[in-house]
Amino acid sequence: MKIVVLVKQVPDTAEERKLDPETGQLDRGAADSVVDEINERALEAALRIKDANKGTEVVAMTMGPDDAAQALRKTLSMGADSAVHIVDDSLSGADTGRTAATLAAALRSTGFDVVMAGNESTDGRAGVVPAMIAEHLQLPLLGSLISAEIADDGVRGVRQGEDGTLNVRAGLPAILTVTERFPEARFPNFKGILTAKRKPVTTLTVAELGVPAGQSRTVVLSVAERPPRAAGRKVIDDGTAANELAEFLVANRLV
Amino acid sequence: MSNVLALIEVSHRGGIAASARGLLAAAATLGSPVAVVVSAGPLADDDVARLGELGAARIYSAASAAAGAVLVSPAVDALSGAVDAYEPAAVLTANSVDGREAAARLAVRVGGSVLADVVQVRSDNGTVLARHSVFGGAYTVDSAVEGALPILTIRQGAIEGQAPAATPEVSTVSLEAGTGGTAVVEQFNDDAAISGRPELRTATTVVSGGRGLGSSENFALVEQLADTLGAAVGASRAAVDAGYIAQTAQVGQTGVSVSPQLYIALGISGAIQHRAGMQTAKTIVAINKDEDAPIFEVADFGIVGDVFTVVPKLIEAVKARSN
Ligand SMILES: Cc1cc2nc3c(=O)[nH]c(=O)nc-3n(C[C@H](O)[C@H](O)[C@H](O)COP(=O)(O)OP(=O)(O)OC[C@H]3O[C@@H](n4cnc5c(N)ncnc54)[C@H](O)[C@@H]3O)c2cc1C
Ligand SMILES: Nc1ncnc2c1ncn2[C@@H]1O[C@H](COP(=O)(O)O)[C@@H](O)[C@H]1O
Repeated sequence: MKIVVLVKQVPDTAEERKLDPETGQLDRGAADSVVDEINERALEAALRIKDANKGTEVVAMTMGPDDAAQALRKTLSMGADSAVHIVDDSLSGADTGRTAATLAAALRSTGFDVVMAGNESTDGRAGVVPAMIAEHLQLPLLGSLISAEIADDGVRGVRQGEDGTLNVRAGLPAILTVTERFPEARFPNFKGILTAKRKPVTTLTVAELGVPAGQSRTVVLSVAERPPRAAGRKVIDDGTAANELAEFLVANRLV
Repeated sequence: MSNVLALIEVSHRGGIAASARGLLAAAATLGSPVAVVVSAGPLADDDVARLGELGAARIYSAASAAAGAVLVSPAVDALSGAVDAYEPAAVLTANSVDGREAAARLAVRVGGSVLADVVQVRSDNGTVLARHSVFGGAYTVDSAVEGALPILTIRQGAIEGQAPAATPEVSTVSLEAGTGGTAVVEQFNDDAAISGRPELRTATTVVSGGRGLGSSENFALVEQLADTLGAAVGASRAAVDAGYIAQTAQVGQTGVSVSPQLYIALGISGAIQHRAGMQTAKTIVAINKDEDAPIFEVADFGIVGDVFTVVPKLIEAVKARSN
């Protein structure tokens, strides 16, 4: 079985992330870039299938700037067999529609039985790219899963819905997206880091994929930064703090 | 006035989803609201009446044998039928699990563009403008779509108010079974009986608990304070991971974003990913025994103390004052 995991390089959520006030695009210098945690969990799920069945091939795919090669290197050191990097200056600032069209074309040329992605990215929080890809490729999407069983004859999973969970299934090929209920990812070990250097990374351009060169149609009109919050009163409890807080809440009409 | 479609979700148990109010209110600020609803049989009279109350000028009622049995595809088929029928200025869905998948597929099918996780909408000379709250509210970003149908996913609980009531004109269509590429629903597992508490996303007061509560038994303290204040219950990811409470209560980067009048954090350190979901609250209160906990950097009133001694006293003090 061939599993392609879609990984996105994002600014580390543990740091202060910034937008460029002029373009509304991510300020890549502001925070370190990392593999989005949700994509590491998706990769972990794929690697567990490979651990149990050696015939499984795991490919990591990303669309991103040159620097996103580092994200792919990390996935290879965790255990992915190979990687695909779609890199092209014309993709800078691509919106979700253009991103999905490009990834769909790359998936078509790479081939797969299963595509695994995150339910939403921590920078865009759009949660739409995998469903757009599913529509381009006319495939079933099992989205927002909290667990999954992937077998040669199909995928079953539990989807987190709005007022409960749902048991869902689809035949292959299929796309699935995982939520952070999936187990945390493994760390790369020493051997993984060494062998990663020898694993193949294919780079693809927009021209090679034959995706129409169209511009993104969503535009940012303005960006305003909110002033940071200031700390207020801090009291050390000597037995009276609860009363003081109750008075504060009453005085501010909060109770 | 141009038409604006709103995808209305219906629970498999029946009943219009809570997101309908905000969607129709947003649709009414942009044009004439058309509610698009998929159901297995004809739409119930109660549902028609409810959608009218919430401001639907028209209802596009799509009957499909696949409703509830196939994931999302019937909603996409219904929306694309409604796009043909009404030539809308915009399409709105909830930024819910189903809503955003439907918006995404529709965008590819009809050549639209998605503006995701929108917290406010406005029309400027016929252009639909969407406002987003980015990086935990650190930025406010306005965006629009050029030269394509705008498809907006609206953050649940973000739109206040209600559209003026209308008497909807209902058109009923029946959907053909979709072709290939579908995911099948085998079973629904409902959440345990909904508590009488307010909904987390729209509550005016939220009380959240973190790893500092130590166990699911102790987490009851968070619920007691919430009930004293008539508040919703939230949690940190660490509390959810430890199994103290359901994932749906998680506040933060990868959970729910809330902007209540009052947010009380109990035994939560205030990691940047937690703050990303609550730092736009009007007033923040934190109780934590570590005086260096980062939550104090954003708290209007912080108590350095033990939740197990402070919170019971706080409950008593609030009860005494409200009598
Ligand atoms: C990609 C990503 C996404 C994330 N998304 C989220 C998210 O959506 N929401 C979220 O919350 N986190 C999220 N996190 C996790 C986040 O980084 C923190 O790990 C988490 O918020 C910590 O939860 P906590 O504050 O409950 O636990 P801790 O950090 O362990 O803090 C517990 C606190 O309780 C205090 N305490 C202990 N006992 C007591 C007592 N008796 N009385 C008073 N205080 C006490 C301690 O002093 C400590 O400050 C995310 C992380 C990543 C990497
Ligand atoms: N540029 C990208 N490269 C690879 N995968 C992506 C990219 N953008 C989005 N994805 C995948 O789609 C998921 C959801 O992203 P989004 O729709 O942007 O919230 C991510 O977790 C990734 O798995």
